[in-house]
Order: sequence, then structure tokens, then C-alpha cells
Amino acid sequence: MTNLLASSDTAHSTQAEIDAEMAAVAATAVDGEPATRLDYPPYRSSLLRHPTKALHPADPEGIELWTPVFGEHTIDPVEADLTVQHSGEPLGERMKVTGRVLDGDGRPVRHQLVEIWQANAAGRYLHQKDQHPAPIDPNFSGLGRCLTDGEGRYTFTTIKPGPYPWRNHRNAWRPAHIHFSLFGDDFTQRLVTQMYFPGDPLFSLDPIYQSILDPRARERLVATYDHGVTEAEWCTGYRWDIVLTGSHRTPREDDR
Amino acid sequence: MNTLAPTPGQTVGPFFSFALVREEGADLVSPSHPGAMTLHGRVLDGAGEPVPDALVELTRGGDADGWGRAATDDEGRYAFTTLAPSGPFFAITVLARGLLDRLFTRAYLPERSDDPFLQGIAEDRRATLVATPDERGYVFDIRLQGDDETVFLTFARD
Repeated sequence: MTNLLASSDTAHSTQAEIDAEMAAVAATAVDGEPATRLDYPPYRSSLLRHPTKALHPADPEGIELWTPVFGEHTIDPVEADLTVQHSGEPLGERMKVTGRVLDGDGRPVRHQLVEIWQANAAGRYLHQKDQHPAPIDPNFSGLGRCLTDGEGRYTFTTIKPGPYPWRNHRNAWRPAHIHFSLFGDDFTQRLVTQMYFPGDPLFSLDPIYQSILDPRARERLVATYDHGVTEAEWCTGYRWDIVLTGSHRTPREDDR
Repeated sequence: MNTLAPTPGQTVGPFFSFALVREEGADLVSPSHPGAMTLHGRVLDGAGEPVPDALVELTRGGDADGWGRAATDDEGRYAFTTLAPSGPFFAITVLARGLLDRLFTRAYLPERSDDPFLQGIAEDRRATLVATPDERGYVFDIRLQGDDETVFLTFARD
């Protein structure tokens, strides 16, 4: 038997071994379990970093019904366009991604912060610890922020990120993705996730994507190509709606 | 129940700090603010080793200065400058590479350890939710796994 602990964060396993492990875990899916498995051994870095005891149910109280408010003055609208943050234009496929942030009851999450970060078109992050030998683009930082509008809508203009290798196992590659960070109307709705692109051939090979055992739940992380968002002679367009859990706050009169 | 199916979470990954972490982000108030204190601690894995790529978010509540975030350093340490929470506990979110979804927990002030919610937690795990006073303020270590694993919370609605 493979010693999983010994192989944490090393590249001992082959893709075939990871595939077999992922298939074995998928067979253990239980109806109604949380969408994302925290205990997911094919993702080696999770081995020592997932709780082994059940999450303790709590009714949110006091400050857990509160959420930070990020004022208009703290976010520059230019931060929503990742292609204009430098003197020149970044290389790659210019794209727009837009969608709505809703809560589990279908209410828009209004005037709330959305943060994104991503690799460049070559699959390289502007992070000192990213050692992937792909070029850094001097005209692309790969981070953006915006506030949702009065209907919960966000829009970013960016460059389509490339896939990149990582050291989970031998010849491991992450499907192209954009990281998203979202806040709701209370503390309990916090969401950090990743948006993927339709039809990525790396989906079935990726233990982070596959840590969501229910295929319908996984597909909720995949944006849709939308020709109505695509702009003539300018950029391609993707649509991705995000649903947070339901708020525990009592809805206000003006929430609908 | 949610009427819409929520979007699943995914790990924050290793490369978040250039986007999410700002130097002033861990100071909810200025260190010179009356009543300012430090809430600090370490994030540790199941082997007791520091987690150097975790992100801790602190909610104190109350006003515009009621929230902050801090990345852990090479020793797994994080620190916030904050005022006391407007209630018996600080609300805390933990994210890290290797952690597939965010975790929620509470850091209770030691003088509020008679709180009914705490009393409902198994006695041998209760202490993981209580901050310890020190000369700088309070210490709150977060253990992701193991015998002394921190109690993490779920707020799922039925």
C-alpha cells in the first residue's frame, strides 16, 4: 500500500495512480454531503490539512450576522480591467467574464466585493514562489477587484489564463482557472472558489476539480461561452453566475 | 434549505498573497488606537508543522474597521491589531493551500468562556475555541487536524 503521508507534496505518483484513487473516492459519494470533500487524498497537500472531526453545527450569532462593507471609494473601477494595469497590453486572448452573485434564496448580493486572481496566458502567476518556466508578462499582474452593482452583477475584462503544471504527482496540470473570492450579506456566506472554462481536457485528471464528487456541482464551476458577451473586434465573452449559501439575516424590505 | 444550489468552494491555492494580502490588511485599527490589542497565533497541520501558506480572516464586527485578513509567515504565524469584538468571540475564517474549502471557527475571549455555546462543546475540545491572554493581547492557535484539532463550525440551514 502506498504511504500517502510520505508522499505528501511530492511527485511520486503517476497520473494513472491518481486517476484510480479519484475513482475510488468518487464511489464513496454520499447524498447530501457538502459539495467539496475536505478529506481528498488524491490532492496530496490536503492530507495533513483537513479536519478529521465533524464540523460542529452552530447558529450564527452576533457578529456572524455581519459582513464587511467595502466602500465605493476603496475600489477603483479600473481594477475590474486586468488588461489596462500597465503601460502596454498583455498577450493572450482578451476576454470578458460577467455574471451575477446571488444567495441561496435567489437574492442578489449587492454592492459587495468580488476579488479575482489568475495566471497569465502562458500559465504563470506573478508570485515569487511560482517557478513554472513560462514567461512572465510585464503587462499582466493577474489580479482584479470590483463591487457588484445593484443587481448583484460583476464584470471583469482580462486575459484567458493558461493551464499550468504543479507538483501533486508526475506530469500534473491544472485546468485553466480564475480564482474568485466572494462575500455575502453575512459572515457565513464567505466563498473562495475557482472558475473553469468549458470543455477543458484536464478536468478528469485534476484532483482539485474532482474533490467535488457530484458532477452537477462541479459543473457549477464552469463558465459558459456567451456570444452575447463577446464584443466584435475586441474580446470573447463568458458568463458565470455565482450562488452563495442563503443568508441568515432577516431580509430587509428592500432586499428584493 | 437553499432554493438555488450553492457554488462549491475550492482551495485558495498557493498563489493568493499577491492578490489578497495588503500590508495594512491585518490592522483593523491603528496600534496606537485606544484599546488596540493583538490577536495572534499559528496555523498548524496534522503533524504539528506550521502552515506557511494560510490566510486567516478576522471579523470583529461593529463598523467599517470590523474585518481584516492576514497571511501566515514561514513559521505559520499570523497577527492582527484589533479592538475587542462586539460580542463574546471573534469570528474567524481559515483558508490555505491544501485546504479544499474555507473553514469557520470562533476565538472566544477567556473571560467569556461561560458562554452557553461553548458549554455545549465536548469538554476535551472546548479549549480549542478559547483565546489565551498574553502580554500583547490574545493568542489563538488554529490546528487543522489531529488530537487537539480546532473545532470548526458549519452554519448550514435546514
